[in-house]
Amino acid sequence: MASTEEIRSNLAEIVNEIAGIPVEDVQLDKSFTDDLDVDSLSMVEVVVAAEEKFSVKIPDDEVKNLKTVGDAVAFIERAQNG
Amino acid sequence: MGILDGKRILVAGVTLDSSIGFATAKVAQEQGATVLISNFGRALSITKRIAKRLPVEPPVLELDVTDDEHLAALPDKIREHVDGLDGVVHSIAYGNPETILGGKFLDGPWDDVSRAVHVSAYSLKALAVTCAPLMSRGGSIVGLTFDATVAWPGYDWMGVAKAALESTSRYLARDLGAQGIRCNLVSAGPLKTLAAKAIPGFEKFEEPWLERAPLGWDPSDLEPTGKTIVGLLSDFFPSTTGEIVHVDGGYHAMGA
Repeated sequence: MASTEEIRSNLAEIVNEIAGIPVEDVQLDKSFTDDLDVDSLSMVEVVVAAEEKFSVKIPDDEVKNLKTVGDAVAFIERAQNG
Repeated sequence: MGILDGKRILVAGVTLDSSIGFATAKVAQEQGATVLISNFGRALSITKRIAKRLPVEPPVLELDVTDDEHLAALPDKIREHVDGLDGVVHSIAYGNPETILGGKFLDGPWDDVSRAVHVSAYSLKALAVTCAPLMSRGGSIVGLTFDATVAWPGYDWMGVAKAALESTSRYLARDLGAQGIRCNLVSAGPLKTLAAKAIPGFEKFEEPWLERAPLGWDPSDLEPTGKTIVGLLSDFFPSTTGEIVHVDGGYHAMGA
């Protein structure tokens, strides 16, 4: 099972590829919209890419709860362990 | 054996796997069709990822239906993959949710209304005229409306654009009939797609639907809509054109 840091680091690469945010900025306490300026369309793509990368399903209704990088990492951890 | 065996279908407007376009492409592949899908702009990269989730990964074409250069280049792009088309699905609409949806009907500015009509209605004509030379008798064009005969909460100028789409489809049926090409629309009930999420107050549509539709209605199930579109693409509606087929659990037929 991937560690929290491994998930964060892989997610940071996805956010970097899609939204051009430097990987080192994608930290657990950062908000996707307020801190990282990831807009809604990029967020949709990040979710799709994360689903592929981590082999999880992130339901549409859940996406609005993933406000910070930490929220997303925690959701992916739970989904992988569930 | 499927009802689209050997048929070549372009589905224009596929974004997420929760899109009507995706559901249509999936059913079409399951029914034997060779499918091409398209999208434009920044959403194109999402479509390329999502394409891998279809039973067979289809070619993804870049097509902005309001861009004359894209339209002019489309036949050659299609011919890189298939030698003609038997069906075209138009799953495309846009209205600025900040200005022309959500209860601001009386303030809707013309530039945004005009863009909505261009993207959502005129583009059916543009796509049909672009693709018709690739099609032969028996060809089928299918678009997607949301019942434009009445006013809906919050739908506002998108409703007007859909009324234009419904009329456009009838005129296309008239003018493409001589070539044996049909043009029909599917009028689906409210579905939880990415596009629907952009409609302010969309949830107001759902509750009366659940109460009134005699067959019931599941806003998260796209398959009934996909199957009906595939039916219209098939040879099983050979004399149906200019029609609007409701896929709404029967809601439209009930008075209360």
